[in-house]
Amino acid sequence: MNLHKKTLFMVGAFSLFLVGSACSAQPQVAPRPDGSVPVKDLSYAPEYKPVDEMAQSDVQVIHIAQVDDINSFNRNLKKPKGIHLPPAEDGLRDPQNEATHILAAPKPAFEGLPPTEYGNRVDWVKTLDDKKIRPRWEREDPDAEPFVMDLDIVRPVKASVPDVVFPHRQHTEWLFCSNCHPAIFIPQKGANQINMSAILLGQKCGVCHGKVSFPITTKSCRKCHSKPKPDDWKPPLSEATLKNPWK
Amino acid sequence: MLPIMKGRITWRALALGVVAWAAMLVAPAPAQAEYGDVVINNYADAAGMRPAVFSHWFHRIRFRCKVCHADLGFQFKAGGNKITMAKIIDGKFCGACHNGEIAWSVENCGMCHSGVPGTPTHFHGSTVQTLVAPPYQPLTGSAAPAPAAAPKK
Ligand code: HEC
Ligand code: HEC
Ligand code: HEC
Ligand code: HEC
Ligand code: HEC
Ligand code: HEC
Repeated sequence: MNLHKKTLFMVGAFSLFLVGSACSAQPQVAPRPDGSVPVKDLSYAPEYKPVDEMAQSDVQVIHIAQVDDINSFNRNLKKPKGIHLPPAEDGLRDPQNEATHILAAPKPAFEGLPPTEYGNRVDWVKTLDDKKIRPRWEREDPDAEPFVMDLDIVRPVKASVPDVVFPHRQHTEWLFCSNCHPAIFIPQKGANQINMSAILLGQKCGVCHGKVSFPITTKSCRKCHSKPKPDDWKPPLSEATLKNPWK
Repeated sequence: MLPIMKGRITWRALALGVVAWAAMLVAPAPAQAEYGDVVINNYADAAGMRPAVFSHWFHRIRFRCKVCHADLGFQFKAGGNKITMAKIIDGKFCGACHNGEIAWSVENCGMCHSGVPGTPTHFHGSTVQTLVAPPYQPLTGSAAPAPAAAPKK
């Protein structure tokens, strides 16, 4: 692990050096006013950080952000500068491409749809329930009805957060059984091992949640963790506490 | 996996530096695109086209996930479907709809090939990308060994 850290540090330091010299060699790229290295350019497409590509999973993310601006108020919190930007300003699409200016802007499209605080900032389940949109279930037939199954699966959680309720109804409004069964989930209650780190890594529920369906953030925990624990529920004490010699 | 050997520090550093440098020239501002936008660039750049950009928000207003991900066979993996123009004009993938019948036809190259050149294949705004630290690995669980008396490493 130590070796990895050292490697990471050296990689980071050396690349900063390279970036720095690149800056001075390219006058049209101005350094930031505070003189810091433009971290944002790396976060532009973070999945492509070369360490992701080349290293094994334990060094998946390198955060050069932690090297500079160490005393800034928010070292790591990055807030979006704007939401629902039109395509020509979103940084992903090229404004030099004429068709980019014809593409639809999200803001007017989302007007009147029930809001949320994360993801597309649209509550897609409610949007559909309220019939604000009519997405097709069949490619060519606008009137085909989805095959909806109303079955809730409760997954008790060891931790203090409320238990997880997986609702089939909301999912089968959008998806077909074969989207999940059997590749992602064995269709049997409790047969699948799920935990938060798998989800955050993009497995199990995280195949969709965190990519297209609502993401995993503080404000969305209770969407999945929706069944309150009984009033007398207490978190189990850890062994280290039970055996604590300094108690 | 780039053809660079693991552990060769200078090469890694060089690659990282070059990518950071290239990204800087290419991207004047951080991307603030919509959640669920996918850049698909397995081949486009190499063929001199801008990368293709697909937006989930736009399409999910018109279609359920099932249409693309069950009926049309799109795998849940950015870049994982190896889409090419040959497949598209054969009516597969995007070509199942962008054929002048369900949606505008494929000669409107710039509508799909709208990405900033050099942008790698990725899923924009995914939770994994926005994490400050790598996802937490639990102490116990399928992958981890039984907890030892004292933490090693
Ligand atoms: C299930 C059918 C379907 C598939 C598959 C499909 N599209 Fe579309 N797409 C549509 C429809 C319908 C529209 C809206 C057409 C219109 O506005 O006339 C559209 C519009 C678009 C637009 C323009 C959005 C705007 O802002 O107006 C882009 C870009 C696009 N699609 C890209 C793609 C790409 C890239 C793929 C393949 C990866 C793809 N589509 C696959 C049906 C589809
Ligand atoms: C979004 C993913 C998803 C979709 C789509 C989905 N399921 Fe499931 N299904 C699950 C999960 C998660 C479980 C719970 C597995 C567990 O507890 O380990 C489950 C469990 C089940 C079970 C077992 C229930 C029990 O009591 O043991 C059946 C049967 C089932 N699903 C049938 C279906 C059918 C039929 C469809 C299509 C109409 C469908 N599922 C669509 C995710 C999905
Ligand atoms: C194959 C994709 C997929 C998988 C896997 C998946 N979901 Fe979802 N889920 C969706 C979609 C699509 C929606 C609709 C809302 C949205 O897109 O934000 C949704 C919505 C939900 C909702 C919101 C319901 C509401 O009323 O607002 C809950 C809760 C939920 N999912 C829990 C889970 C849990 C728990 C798992 C894992 C056991 C899971 N999902 C796995 C696609 C998926
Ligand atoms: C997409 C649905 C979903 C969302 C959103 C979600 N969780 Fe979970 N969470 C689960 C599932 C499923 C489990 C596993 C339950 C089980 O043991 O079967 C779980 C388990 C947990 C556990 C128990 C430890 C573990 O890793 O198994 C904790 C703690 C937890 N979640 C916290 C959170 C917090 C905090 C958030 C918000 C940042 C959150 N969860 C958001 C679905 C979700
Ligand atoms: C409906 C969306 C769409 C339209 C319209 C479209 N493409 Fe593509 N094209 C794609 C996608 C998606 C890929 C795969 C990108 C990748 O992986 O690099 C692709 C790949 C390519 C590639 C590289 C792979 C290959 O097949 O050789 C070229 C070159 C290309 N397109 C040219 C064009 C040209 C020229 C036009 C206009 C006549 C066009 N495309 C119109 C979606 C589209
Ligand atoms: C019009 C077609 C279309 C529709 C509708 C659609 N998708 Fe997709 N989806 C795609 C394409 C195209 C990709 C990228 C595949 C590639 O790059 O090869 C993709 C990729 C994905 C991925 C892969 C993410 C990753 O890890 O790389 C997920 C998850 C996903 N979609 C979920 C959904 C969900 C959930 C819905 C419904 C709310 C949905 N999609 C609706 C076309 C569609």
